[in-house]
Amino acid sequence: MNPQVIVDGLLNGALIGLGAVGVTLTYSILRFANFAHGEFITFGAYATMLIAAGVSALVIGSGDGLGPFSISLALILSVPLSMALTAGLALALDSLLFARLRGKAESISVVMASFGASMAIRAGIEFAFTSRPAYFSRDLQIAKPLAFGLRATPDQMALLIVAPLLLIGVHLLLTRTQIGRSMRAVSENPALARVAGVDVEATIRLVWALGGALAAASGVMLGLLVQIRPFMGFDLLLPLFAAAILGGIGSAPGAFLGALIVGLGEAMTVQLVGAEWRAGVAFLVLIAVLLIRPSGIAGRPT
Amino acid sequence: MSAPILSVEGLIAGYEPGLPIVNGASMHAARGEIVALLGPNGAGKSTLIKAIAGLMKVSAGAVTFDGADITRLPAHKRIGVGLAFTPQTENVFAAMSVEDNLKLAAGLLAKADRPARTEAMFSTFPDLARQRGLLAGRLSGGQRQMLAIARALIVGPKALMLDEPSAGLSPKFVDMVFGKLAEIRAGGVTIVLVEQNTRAALALADRAYVLVQGRNRRDGPAKVLRDDPDIAALYLGGLETERAS
Repeated sequence: MNPQVIVDGLLNGALIGLGAVGVTLTYSILRFANFAHGEFITFGAYATMLIAAGVSALVIGSGDGLGPFSISLALILSVPLSMALTAGLALALDSLLFARLRGKAESISVVMASFGASMAIRAGIEFAFTSRPAYFSRDLQIAKPLAFGLRATPDQMALLIVAPLLLIGVHLLLTRTQIGRSMRAVSENPALARVAGVDVEATIRLVWALGGALAAASGVMLGLLVQIRPFMGFDLLLPLFAAAILGGIGSAPGAFLGALIVGLGEAMTVQLVGAEWRAGVAFLVLIAVLLIRPSGIAGRPT
Repeated sequence: MSAPILSVEGLIAGYEPGLPIVNGASMHAARGEIVALLGPNGAGKSTLIKAIAGLMKVSAGAVTFDGADITRLPAHKRIGVGLAFTPQTENVFAAMSVEDNLKLAAGLLAKADRPARTEAMFSTFPDLARQRGLLAGRLSGGQRQMLAIARALIVGPKALMLDEPSAGLSPKFVDMVFGKLAEIRAGGVTIVLVEQNTRAALALADRAYVLVQGRNRRDGPAKVLRDDPDIAALYLGGLETERAS
């Protein structure tokens, strides 16, 4: 087996991980699978592309790739803005749709509502940008040799550093800060969180914002590594859920680990079996976990 | 007697509208008093205490605490006015460490006070100090109850309400938990507890209320109720009922 699968698998795992944290937190707190999470990823990628185009039109030269990277200054500047916008989209969806159904509707109705939102957002994006793939940059990236016969493009190397930093940041937020403790408390037991003085509704809004922002980061990564298209996030949904469930619903470190396993598994499948079997990996992981250990790696058996 | 710190008047509450479980119950607790809420299974004692904690829909009646009407105050704000509550089951965050359970609750305090208050809880409950890094879900039932109480006390509330603190505990731990409650009251905190373990509750409490079908049936000093054969026979299933598990 070519050791290159490690680079591909790690990158793939990192971008799945960024999306899976949001899925696992919203799932554990709101008790429903949000099918629109994939569209947060897509929205984040398109928003970044649009803002970056605006910035590079305003500031001459900011659209050029920095050094060996295809990543431009305009792109870097637009990522935080796009993360904020996607957080806003998640919050808007919550207040327009999910908050109204909370505690009133069966959880399956909420899942269906999220499915509807997913279709509507995707169709809106397709209408605005067409279904033709788009790219952050047309620059060609040449893979450079790393150690042990591994090769990676400069963009890939940058992402291999930035994505884990982002995930470590999320982990520290959840474990070391009062906001993170509140999120974990609400996800485990909302009633107890209330009597412990946690504003549950405010915490839910923070979880949506965090999930949306990380989904946007995941979308930017996917856009840089592959391409930007209206179905990019939707197609990532299965790996996201596989990673979240494998890791144990509600556990962010579990979701990272699950994402790494799914990401590496997909990369290996592409190399050993064939690219057409790639999507099957997430399905297999999902089936295996649900049969063998439904609570996941880090989850508590109930 | 001074004005009660907690008073509940004609409360109607339940899970579904039109199906009240607490149906016009009233109670009060004076400052520094220990009050027990007793009654047979399904009498609505737990629902009453949850309603006072803000976790139940209240359709009528009023809850006054420390001079303010808190009937409609959101649950998460009640600890802020000094009213603490520990639920019966799932009374700690099992997936969080002992220390994180306390740190979460300490979030209401000023930042500078948090470490000192956390350490104060560890010195009040030395058992917890030895397990501070452990996941709360791995604690024994008795230690879990101690952590639940420590979590409620960390912000220095004026009153502490407990839903069946003896549930599932061995007699040894019941004595330990009730001993702690007596110490906490000695520190000036008013205590209201719901109990099935009538004997232990009446031994600890100053006064008690007996609820039946969501309404007050009897109330009075614990001493009097303790010696009342009717109470034992009719409403409490016999004082011999000890929950030892």
